[in-house]
Amino acid sequence: MASYLILIYDDEAALERADQASARALLEAHREFGAANGAAISGGNALRSTESATSIRRDAAGELAVTDGPFIETKEALGGYYLIEAADLDEAIAIAKQVPVRAGGVEVRPIRVFD
Amino acid sequence: MADGSPLAAAIADAHRREWAFVLAATVRVTRDLDLAEECVQDAYARALEHWGRSGIPASPGAWLTTVARRRALDLHRRSARLARSLPLLLDDPYEPDEEPVHEVADDRLRLIFTCCHPALAPSAQVALTLRLVCGLSTSEVARAFLVSETTMAARITRAKKKIAAARIPYRVPSAKELPARTDAVLSVVHLVFTTGHTAPAGERLVRQDLVERALDLARMLRSLLAADREVAGLLALILLTDARRATRVSAEGELLLLAEQDRSRWDGEAIAEGRELVREALRRRPPGRFALTAAIAAVHAEAASFEETAWREIVALYDLLGEVWPSPVVALNRAAAIGFADGPAAGLRELDALAAEPRLATYRYLGAARADFLRRLGRSAEARAAYQEALLLTENAVERAFLADRLEALERSAGSRG
Repeated sequence: MASYLILIYDDEAALERADQASARALLEAHREFGAANGAAISGGNALRSTESATSIRRDAAGELAVTDGPFIETKEALGGYYLIEAADLDEAIAIAKQVPVRAGGVEVRPIRVFD
Repeated sequence: MADGSPLAAAIADAHRREWAFVLAATVRVTRDLDLAEECVQDAYARALEHWGRSGIPASPGAWLTTVARRRALDLHRRSARLARSLPLLLDDPYEPDEEPVHEVADDRLRLIFTCCHPALAPSAQVALTLRLVCGLSTSEVARAFLVSETTMAARITRAKKKIAAARIPYRVPSAKELPARTDAVLSVVHLVFTTGHTAPAGERLVRQDLVERALDLARMLRSLLAADREVAGLLALILLTDARRATRVSAEGELLLLAEQDRSRWDGEAIAEGRELVREALRRRPPGRFALTAAIAAVHAEAASFEETAWREIVALYDLLGEVWPSPVVALNRAAAIGFADGPAAGLRELDALAAEPRLATYRYLGAARADFLRRLGRSAEARAAYQEALLLTENAVERAFLADRLEALERSAGSRG
């Protein structure tokens, strides 16, 4: 078995425009996903919007600079993640395909193990 | 193999026919692609020595497999090397002491599906397939795709690392996934073929080595996935297209269009085999993209002359193809076929409707097809501009010479009139 992180990228603006009913439907879809894949899921969270993000990186002078906003500005922003256990990439992809996403997609990344 | 001795020929033959078989069987022992490759290379080196002394074995593939696997087991026992390499995941556990068994046909499929996994970049899928399934060296793969050996080595290493790190399984996909995954494999083989059939750049029109590899791969898939109609379709397409090989370039090395080719020199045997496969491939409903493309190639092969080509049938087949495989290139070919069925004015109308398609903006055959229709309509100035545009996008020397010739002929006639 190996661990994979499923990163959920979605159109934030669309999510914010969404009415209450469709927001509830999305939440419900995540609950169903969690129930169906409970054995494989070892963690996961939804993130607040990138408006609440703060980035810290070194500026030209090598000093740590704190700025408002996500590390990279994209239309589809990281909005949540699941940590899963799967036998191989095919199994991880099969689970990732079930993650409810409205307009964006997900990225599957193997967790690095240090021995 | 520089010398022409029977031994060298036997080794070369075993390399071409058995490489995938031997490597695929060895990967199951090593669970590591690099190590398996080393063991297989070692087995071929030993064959050179051993077969010279004791004669060529009745079954070279089995001999090579046994030697490569034994080498892998030796290293397995010394296991220091294995401990530091990342294991490939296997769906069924392999016992290291097990004797080689010959259920290995499946192992070649495992190898192919691993190389053509959609989680790998398409260029990496092609490179890995040529390297691991066909046994080409990195420098041969690099030359085939006109990139430096360093670039290709990095591409192959990156792909192997991803297979290990992301745990791309060494497995034949489940029945549910099989059609989509098979399509990915066929796309790789088709790309190898088209790259060989009309080299994207360089002095020669055809890269025969790549065409042969594509044909080998298609035949291998045909033997391993006999029930798949699209596999039959791709093999048919390669056979029917490559049947024209001897006639595509004149004795002077000039490009000859379909209309100018000596059809009596087309390969009748390949055409017969291709037509039989097309019939089989078309039995799937709806027919797939390779079956339909092969059917179009079959219509060309069946026409006694260019003038007698059943253009209506070809247009109808392109209509069907556009439904199962909507692509600007299909639309372009359909437009060209309409030009032959209904005359250049009709063809030009269809082509101009495609002019806004961004994916065709840098496609050299759009300009070339427009130029030909304009020339036949007597619109010389526009034809010249279209040839010039096509020339800017064409990097194959033989194709460039053809376009330059057409352009020069138009300029000469313009000059003589003026």
